[in-house]
Amino acid sequence: MLTAILLGFLFALFLVFAGKYFKGRLAVVSALIPLSLFIYFASFIPRIASGEVVTSNYEWVPSFGVNLGFSLDGLSLLFSLMITGIGFLVYVYTSSYLKNHQYLDRFYAYLSVFMGAMLGLVLSDNIISMFVFWELTSISSFFLIGFNNTSEASRKSALTALGITGFGGFSLLAGALLLGSMTGTYSIIEMMTMKEALAGHEFYILAVIFIFGAAFTKSAQFPFHFWLPGAMKAPTPVSTYLHSATMVKAGVYLLMRFTPVLGDTNFWNTTLIVVGAITMLYSAVHTLFRTDLKGVLAYSTISALGILVFLIGLGSQGAFLAAAVFIIVHALYKATLFLVTGIIDHQAGTRNVTVLAGLRKVMMPVAVAGFLAAISSAGIPPSIGFLGKELTYEASTHSTGMVILIVAAIVLTKILLLYAGFVAGIKPFTGKLPEKFTKVTMPGPLMWVPPLLLAILGIVFGIFPSLIESSLVKPVVTALGKDASDIHLALWHGFNTVLILSIITIAVGILLYFILKPSEKLENRIGKLEPVSPESILNKLTYFFGVFSKFWTNVFQNGYLRNYVTTIVLFLVILVGYIFIGNSRLVIDHTKLSQITAYELAVTIILIAGVFYTVFTRSRIGAVAAMGVVGLAICLLFVFYSAPDLAMTQFSIDTLTVILFVLVLYRLPKYLVLSDYKMRIRDGILSLTFGGLISLLALQVLAEPVNSDVGDFYAKNAYIMAHGKNVVNVILVDFRGTDTLIEISVLAIAAIGVYGLLKLRVKSSDRPN
Amino acid sequence: MEILFAIIIGVLYAAGIYMILRRSLVKLIIGIILLGNGANLLIFLLGRITEGAPPIIPEESKVFLEAYADPVPQALILTAIVISFGLQSFAIILVKRAHKVVKTDDLDEMNATDEDS
Repeated sequence: MLTAILLGFLFALFLVFAGKYFKGRLAVVSALIPLSLFIYFASFIPRIASGEVVTSNYEWVPSFGVNLGFSLDGLSLLFSLMITGIGFLVYVYTSSYLKNHQYLDRFYAYLSVFMGAMLGLVLSDNIISMFVFWELTSISSFFLIGFNNTSEASRKSALTALGITGFGGFSLLAGALLLGSMTGTYSIIEMMTMKEALAGHEFYILAVIFIFGAAFTKSAQFPFHFWLPGAMKAPTPVSTYLHSATMVKAGVYLLMRFTPVLGDTNFWNTTLIVVGAITMLYSAVHTLFRTDLKGVLAYSTISALGILVFLIGLGSQGAFLAAAVFIIVHALYKATLFLVTGIIDHQAGTRNVTVLAGLRKVMMPVAVAGFLAAISSAGIPPSIGFLGKELTYEASTHSTGMVILIVAAIVLTKILLLYAGFVAGIKPFTGKLPEKFTKVTMPGPLMWVPPLLLAILGIVFGIFPSLIESSLVKPVVTALGKDASDIHLALWHGFNTVLILSIITIAVGILLYFILKPSEKLENRIGKLEPVSPESILNKLTYFFGVFSKFWTNVFQNGYLRNYVTTIVLFLVILVGYIFIGNSRLVIDHTKLSQITAYELAVTIILIAGVFYTVFTRSRIGAVAAMGVVGLAICLLFVFYSAPDLAMTQFSIDTLTVILFVLVLYRLPKYLVLSDYKMRIRDGILSLTFGGLISLLALQVLAEPVNSDVGDFYAKNAYIMAHGKNVVNVILVDFRGTDTLIEISVLAIAAIGVYGLLKLRVKSSDRPN
Repeated sequence: MEILFAIIIGVLYAAGIYMILRRSLVKLIIGIILLGNGANLLIFLLGRITEGAPPIIPEESKVFLEAYADPVPQALILTAIVISFGLQSFAIILVKRAHKVVKTDDLDEMNATDEDS
């Protein structure tokens, strides 16, 4: 199974090297990859249908409990077949659609990575590896959406999609880690056994919110829906693949996958119903106002996703059945409509539905595909769409509570979707062929066969629902944790409420199609609502974030060293001062302190005087000399307090520094006073506060006990282990010899730097004016 | 004496920060040196100061027979002094070069790259 998932990635890698051979006629050969995967997964149908769950486990990071654990059940199988099946048709279609495109090989590589990631996502049993594949789909879809990278709109919408779905990815990771710590496992199968405990867990709501965050962003639920219409900037095969069967369904898949783990609670069901209902209605209404065919399809896709989320929210066996069937229905007709739109765009050069008409005269097979898909989308018998719609209505009429509202919402959505399907699938082909389209020609069979095949499948499954009943649909319901044994799919359900609702839907929908013509006027009208749409709000937020960051940067990263230092010191003073004042118990134990002798006092006075002279003198040489005095005074302090090595080092270094200073002094800038009086006072207060704080801290620390274990170790072993009697030296050259070696290297680097700077000749042309 | 030490450290820190906050390049270097000295003394003090007992094992013995100063802070400070010398010498030469090239001693005039100025 791992090989099957990795095949896409391997092929992409292969294309990096052998891409140039796949640009021309050979491109279609790459479709063998999804085809073979489709056959591979299809071979599992009998095993899965008999109720088996195929699992395989590869250790990845066992210490973290992260394994490449895969499990194939009804749900995964349905998605795998859609991913590879529709993937195959998209591969074939693309070879003609993007024929001789400069970056066709790149396109196939992205597509293959995406397919592999999707397969990994739907097959993962381990949530962490699921997260990894989830992110891979986001990243590869970013490249696919932004494939026309010369267009700014395309890049922008790719970025929006990545931003929104990336946010969802974070949410999924948070949810995964939280669930992992709640259950002690990352395996979803194992989590299912802890369903009761999870529902009562104090973090249950939080975990559900994280999972919802991931699912809603990926599946473009309101208010995260806006990336999906933007993603229509992608080449049509990408839209087909991403929006009919894969990417956007990943969120739906996630919800279904977690239904047996987190579902069946009030919070879970209500949220899904509400969000799903808002999304399906909101975007179904939007389809009325679109003139771009892909815009219509984008909004109808969001609406369909809303229906799925809504059905998962209903949570009954009937609802899951409806969802399973509707996923198949939607994948079939939406992929067809997208492919048809792509053909129209490719051949006629426009997707504007207000000018398209009569194309059946020039491309009959495409018109047939469009018509059949529209029938299926409208839910008119004998298509499988009818079956899907009936089941959806059935599930909503049997919902618990607010039945009228729920049924009304779903019927209204279906009416509007019927309109959308007709606009996309029928409108461009009916009526009189305009003059300018008479020269439009049929595309090659590689392009028109895939949509026609899908459309015909939609009808065949409708007439013979037993084809998918036990092979695909029942295992999905089982995987969602419901008993599926009494399910029987049939086109004719008898004369009942559901049928009446169906008839109303079809009648009103068709009426709407004839009354309402898509027009730019309508599109402009909805454009006025743009400023309050979630997208504009987000854009404004990002804009303000940018302004704020700029302000922040200008204030804090202003390029003045002293401002940085002031900020750091001030922050430190406030922070440490606050803690200090709150917890101070400054007790100085005089008995422990050593006595002050006269010569020590004298050295101290010299030292402080030296510091003051250094700070306040106006002569450079005076300052350097005073600094030398300070260094020598410190040297004496080291002598008094048992540090002969330090004294020697300090003495030589201090001398060297002073010499170096004096040597270059005549070339050094003047010892200027650049700050005004006020600023010096301000800096003085700040420095004195800081210095005082350090003094107090030092005294405070002295009151604490000291641990000298390390020192004792060195002292004890200096002679025994290292045969040296000067412990400080032994530490430096023996115990910590490597550190000293590195220190010497640092000095050597500094020396090279000094040498380089001295020898560097700056050409006059390099000098700034 | 510890109190005097603490005062010295405070003075060195204050002077160091004050000098770093000035706009003159030379003062910046002097500030860094003073601050470094303050930090060294701080480590020295916090390792507890001991009078007249250097951490050197007596000639005739293999181990210490009486109290001795903690050698670890001393080793640390020794390293710090040497490294700070590397820093100081590099900084001094760098300032000299910078002054020669851009002809200013004002740090505030050095905060832009060539393109911006």
